[in-house]
Amino acid sequence: MNARRILADYAPMFIIWILLVLWFGAMSDNFLSRRTLTTIAGQVPPLAIIACGMTFVLIIAGIDLSVGSAMALCACVLCTALARWHCPLPVAIFLALVAGALVGLFNGVVSVLLGIPSFIVSLGTLKISFGLAMLVTHSETVTVGLRLEPLIAPVPPVLGLPVSFLVAVLVVLVGQVVLSKTVYGRYLVAIGTNQNAVRLAGVPIAWKKISVFMVCGLLTGLASVFFAARLGGVNADAGNGVELSAIAAVVIGGTSLMGGRGSVVNSFVGVLIILTLDAGLAQTGTEEFAKHMITGFVIIVAVTLDAMRSGVIAKIRRSFSRKAAVE
Amino acid sequence: MREAAIAISGLHKAYTPGVPVLADFDFELRRGEVHALIGSNGAGKSTLARILTGLTPRDGGDVLLHGRPYAPASKRAAADAGVIMVLQELNIIATLSVAENLFVHDLPQRWGVLDRARLRSDAVEALRRVGLEGMDSTLPAGRLGVGQQQLVEIAAALNQESSVLILDEPTAALTGPEIERLFDHVRRLRDEGVAVIYISHRMEEIQRIAGRVTVMRDGRRIATHEIGAVEMPQLVREMAGSEIAARRAPVARPERREVGIAVRHLRSGDAVRDVSLEAFRGEILGVAGLVGSGRTETLRALFGAGPFDGGEVLLGPEARPFRPRRPSDAVMAGIALIPEDRKRDGLLPGQSVADNTTLATRSRYARGGVLSHAAEMGAAGGACDRLAVKRDALDQAVEALSGGNQQKVVVARWLLTDAEVLLFDEPTRGIDVAAKETIYELLDELAAEGKTLVVVSSDLTELMQISHRIVVMSHGRITGAFSPDNWSQEAITHAAFAGYNRGETAAA
Repeated sequence: MNARRILADYAPMFIIWILLVLWFGAMSDNFLSRRTLTTIAGQVPPLAIIACGMTFVLIIAGIDLSVGSAMALCACVLCTALARWHCPLPVAIFLALVAGALVGLFNGVVSVLLGIPSFIVSLGTLKISFGLAMLVTHSETVTVGLRLEPLIAPVPPVLGLPVSFLVAVLVVLVGQVVLSKTVYGRYLVAIGTNQNAVRLAGVPIAWKKISVFMVCGLLTGLASVFFAARLGGVNADAGNGVELSAIAAVVIGGTSLMGGRGSVVNSFVGVLIILTLDAGLAQTGTEEFAKHMITGFVIIVAVTLDAMRSGVIAKIRRSFSRKAAVE
Repeated sequence: MREAAIAISGLHKAYTPGVPVLADFDFELRRGEVHALIGSNGAGKSTLARILTGLTPRDGGDVLLHGRPYAPASKRAAADAGVIMVLQELNIIATLSVAENLFVHDLPQRWGVLDRARLRSDAVEALRRVGLEGMDSTLPAGRLGVGQQQLVEIAAALNQESSVLILDEPTAALTGPEIERLFDHVRRLRDEGVAVIYISHRMEEIQRIAGRVTVMRDGRRIATHEIGAVEMPQLVREMAGSEIAARRAPVARPERREVGIAVRHLRSGDAVRDVSLEAFRGEILGVAGLVGSGRTETLRALFGAGPFDGGEVLLGPEARPFRPRRPSDAVMAGIALIPEDRKRDGLLPGQSVADNTTLATRSRYARGGVLSHAAEMGAAGGACDRLAVKRDALDQAVEALSGGNQQKVVVARWLLTDAEVLLFDEPTRGIDVAAKETIYELLDELAAEGKTLVVVSSDLTELMQISHRIVVMSHGRITGAFSPDNWSQEAITHAAFAGYNRGETAAA
C-alpha cells in the first residue's frame, strides 16, 4: 500500500517532466545531449534548495518573497569574504549561511511574533537584503574565479552529476522525510491547515513557524554557494526573480498557497520542469517573448490541473453555493 | 383537506453511486403546519433540505410545490419560489455589519449607493421580530456570539417572503427565552399559512412546536405521526431502528471528595467578572446559563486560550496553583478543552482521522523526532475504538465523517493526553441521538476513572441527566449551585437570569 501511495504521490509529476524532456528531445537534435543536460543539472541545485525551503514556508500558509535577493546577499557575502577579506573557503561559506539564516530569522520573528503577514515582511526584507548586498559589494561585481569550482565538479561514479546536484537531492530527500515523517513536519502541516486547532490542542506554534522561515533562509544561504560557484562571481541584483521561479516551481509541484498541503519532492520536480522548459525553449529557437508567455501558461495550467485533481475546485464550488445560500 | 405545500414522491439521491442518501422518499408538507423531521445524522434530512432549496440536484423523483413541478437550480431560484431555509451551519459574513447580513440578499440602495438609513430602520424592525431589539445593527456580525449570530441568521430568513420555511437545528445555539421568541414567530408564520419543516434533534421542542413528525432513517421515510398520537420512546425507536435504553442516572458520585480544579474569583475580559467554582475528582460538574453569560469564556480562560485577568486556579487535592497563560501550559498541567466550535477550533479539515486524533500527543509516537506510523495508528485506533467512531479507515479524511463522529474524534484526541481535568463546551451540540449517547457514556466512564469534568451545555435536560452538580452562570458570575436533591428547571432558569437583574447591565 505504501509503495502504491508513493507512486500515486510522485509519479504524475515525474511523468510530466519526462514527457517534457522527450518532447524537446523530439523537437531539437541537440536537446538530449550531454551538454544540455549538464547545463540543466548545473542550474538545478540553487533553485531546488530554495524551493525546498519555500515549500515549508508555503505549507504553514506563509510566503517568502525575499529569497531571491537574500540569495544574492549571501552570494555577495561569500564572494566578498573570499576575494576581499581573504577568508578561507569554509569560513566564507559559514558567513553566507549565517547571513541567510539571519534574513530568515528576521522574516520569521517579525511576521510571527508581531503578526504581520509574511508577504509584507518578506517584501521588506527583499529590499533590505538588496541594499545590504550593495553595501557589502560596494555595488560592484565581485569575482572569485574558479575558487568555488570544486563544489560543482562532476562526480563520475554518480552519472557524472555535479557535487552541488547531489547536495540538492540530499536536501530534498531530507526535507521530504522531515515533512512527512517527523513530529515537527506533521505539526507544520497541521498549522497550515488550522492553526487555531493546533494551538488549542496545546501545541506551541510560534517558534515552529519562526524556525520554518529561518530554515528557508539557511537553505537560501546554501543555495547561494552553488549559485556563486556556477557564475564565478556575483553582484547585488544577481538573484532578481529567483523568488518567483521558486514559488512557481513549488506551486507546479502541487503545494497549496493556502497552506496545509505540499511535497518537497514534487517541488523538486517542479524545478526540473521549469528549468527543462527554459532550456528546451531556448534550444528549439523559441523567441524570447514566446518563452515568457509559454512559461506563464504552463504555471497556470499546472496549478489548474492540480486543483482539479485534488478537488479544490469542487470545494470552491461548494463554498460558492454556501455563499449563494446567503443571497 | 388543506392543499399540500410540498408533495414529494420517489425522491432519490446518491452522492456516491450505490450509496443512496435518499431512497424512494415520499413526503407531504401541508400549508399552515409545522412538520418536524427527525432522524440520526446521516438519515438524509439535510440532503432533503438541500434539494428543496436548490443547493443539491436530485437524481430522481417528483417534487410538487403548490401542485406545480418544482426543481430549483439554485438557492436563489428556491427563494424566488418562496422556499427559504435557515442552515444549520452559520453563514454569517463576519466583516459585514449585522444589518448588512440581514439584507445581504437585497441591500437597499439608491443608484448603487447603500441606503444606510433604510437599512438601519429595516434592520431594527427585523431584529425586533426575533427579540433582539437591543442589538446594535451596525456591529460587525463577527463580534457576536454564536447564539446571537444564529438569531441574526434566522431573522434574515424570516425577513423574506416565503411559503415554505425550512429550519435546520435552529435552536442549537439558543437559550430558553430566545427559543420561546423563535417559537412564537414560527407559530405566527404557521397561522399565516406558511408551511414549516422543522429539523431538530431536540424531542421536547418538537413536541411543543410541531403538528406532525416524520421519522427518517437511512434515506427513507419510516413513519409520519400526529404529534399528539405518538410517544417519545417510539420515535427514538424508529430513528434508531432498535431500542435505545433510556438514559440512566449518572455514575455514582465519588465517596472521597478530592478537589480536581478550584477556581477563585476568575476574571476574563468583559465576559467573566467573578467566577468561583470547585469540581471534584470523579465528578461531572454541569455549567448552565444563557448564551453569552460567560461560560465559554470561563473555560477558555482556564485553558489559557482566553485572557486571564485575575483570580486563582488550584489543581488537585494538593491545591497546586496554576496560572494559565497559553493552551500548551494547560495541557502540561493536565487540562483539556473540547471547544464549542469544532470546525473553527478543533478539526484539521483535509487531514485524516488519525492525524486529527493524535494532534495533541504526536511527539509520544516518535523516537528522535521521527514518527512511528504503527505507534501513531495504534494510538489513534485505540482512542477511536473506545468512542466507537464510525469510520471506513483511519486515513480517511475527517470531514467525511458525520458531525457526531467528528466530535468524537476531537474528544478522542484528549483521551490520549491523560488529562485530569476535562472542560467540555457544548459537547453534544448538533450531533445525533446515538452519538450523544456515546458521549454521555464516555463522560460517565471518565468520571468513574476519577477525572474531573466540567461540562457546559445549553440543553438543561441534558445537563440535569449527566451532572452530579450544576452551577449556573449569569452575566459573568456564578448565580447558583445545585445538586440533584434541590434542582429544578425552574430554579436553574431563575438563576440564569439572576445576574441580569441587578441593575448593572448598563456597565457592560
